[in-house]
Amino acid sequence: MSCSAKAQDSKLSELNRFMDALKGLSRSESNLIAILHKVQELYGYLDRDAMDEVAATMNIPTAHIWGVATFYHYFKLKKPGKHVIAICLGTACYIKGAGEILEKLKEELKIDIGGMTSDGLFSLEEARCLGACGLAPVMMIDGKIYGSLTPKKVSEILQGYRKRSSGE
Amino acid sequence: MPKKIKIYIDNRPYEIEDGQTIMQAADKLGYHIPRLCYHPKLSIEGACRVCIVQVEGMKNYVASCAYPVADGMKILTHTKELRTARRDIVELILDNHPEDCHTCERDGICELQRLAYAMGLRHRHFEGERKCYAKDLSSESVIRDPNKCILCGRCVRICSEIQKVNNLGYAYRGFKTVVIPAYDMPFSESVCTACGQCINVCPTAAFVEKNHTQELFEKLQDDNLVKIVQFAPSVRAAIGEAFGFEPGVSKEKETVAALRRLGFDYVFDTQFCADLTIMEEASEFLERLKGKGKLPMITSCSSAWMKCMEQFYPDLIDNISTCKSPMSMMGALLKTYFAGKIKTEPKKILSVAVMCCTAKKYEAARPELRVNGMPAVDIVVTTRELAWMIKSGGVDFINIKGEDFDKPLGLSSGGGAIFGATGGVMEAAIRTAYELYTGEPLMEIEINELRGLKGIKEGLINLDGAQVRVAVAHGLGNANALLEIVRKDPGRYHFIEIMGCPGGCIGGGGQPYAGLNSIPLDEDTLKKRAQALYDIDRHKTIRRAHNNPDIRRLYKEFLGKPLGDKSHELLHTHYKVKFPRGIIPQELTAR
Repeated sequence: MSCSAKAQDSKLSELNRFMDALKGLSRSESNLIAILHKVQELYGYLDRDAMDEVAATMNIPTAHIWGVATFYHYFKLKKPGKHVIAICLGTACYIKGAGEILEKLKEELKIDIGGMTSDGLFSLEEARCLGACGLAPVMMIDGKIYGSLTPKKVSEILQGYRKRSSGE
Repeated sequence: MPKKIKIYIDNRPYEIEDGQTIMQAADKLGYHIPRLCYHPKLSIEGACRVCIVQVEGMKNYVASCAYPVADGMKILTHTKELRTARRDIVELILDNHPEDCHTCERDGICELQRLAYAMGLRHRHFEGERKCYAKDLSSESVIRDPNKCILCGRCVRICSEIQKVNNLGYAYRGFKTVVIPAYDMPFSESVCTACGQCINVCPTAAFVEKNHTQELFEKLQDDNLVKIVQFAPSVRAAIGEAFGFEPGVSKEKETVAALRRLGFDYVFDTQFCADLTIMEEASEFLERLKGKGKLPMITSCSSAWMKCMEQFYPDLIDNISTCKSPMSMMGALLKTYFAGKIKTEPKKILSVAVMCCTAKKYEAARPELRVNGMPAVDIVVTTRELAWMIKSGGVDFINIKGEDFDKPLGLSSGGGAIFGATGGVMEAAIRTAYELYTGEPLMEIEINELRGLKGIKEGLINLDGAQVRVAVAHGLGNANALLEIVRKDPGRYHFIEIMGCPGGCIGGGGQPYAGLNSIPLDEDTLKKRAQALYDIDRHKTIRRAHNNPDIRRLYKEFLGKPLGDKSHELLHTHYKVKFPRGIIPQELTAR
């Protein structure tokens, strides 16, 4: 068994342990949101096989799960890239040129907001203020803040991630 | 007894029973409050707000479909303010609706259109944002057009509450809300059983059948083809409704005559093959009763039920009768036996079926039902589609003189006719199985406990001392309830009939839309359609399938004997597990 298959397996067994605790309760389907949170915590998004597993275990039709999954913005329906870029489009950043930064990101990555690069390395999200307005315009990659951005700086930062990734 | 209370509607006093909604009370008192998302068989949605009324003491208008009556309640149903509010509500729905009524399939038979007319919408104030989705054309049976959806939720509710298939749900939110299968999957890859009940209850054209009328019109012009058509029992029991006749009037002979006018060379009766199904199925049942094969045996003629079984109940595959449906048996005979009779190459035969059913379109496309590499049935059109073709093809259905079916596949017993009503296949099978087993004809051939619209019906048949326990379910929700019993107690029944649609084929997803004075799946209409079939049965001199002389001739000339080699080759099939697997919740999860 490959490493990634093992990792998938352990995620699935953790998900099943989580559901087992809820299964016996009355109206167990009312725990659907909590279960979907668990799926996202484990997989980084709502993995389709995992949702199928939830459907079979909790006896909830997939159409109903899909309804809940698509209703709440918090739930991610697409697999995120290895590095998640959140570009701040809050007021302060916007005034300081976040629009230009976003355009540069789109151009460099060849994706739109919500998309993932074809090599799976980056995905792009928008944020509404990261609490670092003093450094505007900012973006966050995997929790790390990059401030006082310029299009040139963006290029260099992405290049750094690419280099590290190919060196791995 | 519920207690009596006094209410006032539009200032007139009435004494009524407590424990009902304002709409229910008003309906019984001769008021018709306009409505859209409401359906009496489904849970209360309260989504459309078209049925609002004024109640004295209440600040806001209340939805009469959901609000219970109370003693002394003063209700106003048609004030100037209400009329304006309702008109505005319908106008706002139309603001997001495509402006293509005159090219829409449901032009003239659309509930939304009718409602707009009744509200007096003669002027539009706003231009709303339109939805812009691709149609889902993937299914062989059901086309989904979210652009026309007004989110009344009837389809979601019938799919989950009555059929328990739960293929449809609301996804996304706000203006972007859309009714769609899980994971935005195309219908062809979903758990849809193709029953078409979403089409029956849809007030607009957000769900329609895959239309084959143009293709058929073209083929009917092809002089190189021998054009042969069959039609199902339930078609004759309902097609009149599409021409303004009262429900329950059989239009059998008129339909035969109309099909000839449309250009068919031979018109055969699916009921003939219903008789043939009975011969095979009754024989198969007796074999199983003797220990050769699994019991209970479950019927296989309903195509929606078959797809449902493969996705939801694969553990029951060995219980399913191997008999093809009457439609597919007829198709197989046309391209073998009948092709030989008229000395024509099978590939020159155009085999058409008119069905009360949308799932039959899916069945016709099943690869395992092909005969010598050809589809047994080339084109399936629904009752609705045929009604349109008759109108479009310039046939005067109202005044046409009736004609008889062609031979040798047109003669049928009463047993074949009642196939269309829930319990009918079982009743017809018992008529024949009894005689095959005991050697004596069954005297009491009308089996009343198997008739009617009760969800699950049970019967006990005495076969020469052997007690045979039978059960019947119609609608996939009732089927689920029955099959849960069978899973817990597999020895409880010997023989089970399941039909995918409420009422059986007479309530099929391809039947005429509800008219001005009825609602979709109206029980009264279903009962009348069933009665039309029971009347046909009663007026036949031959009422048992095995007494049909043309069936006997077919076995003598071609098939040999029931369950013989030829029968196995042409009249029987097999089923296999299909994915995705269906899930039936124990508790109601849809809104």
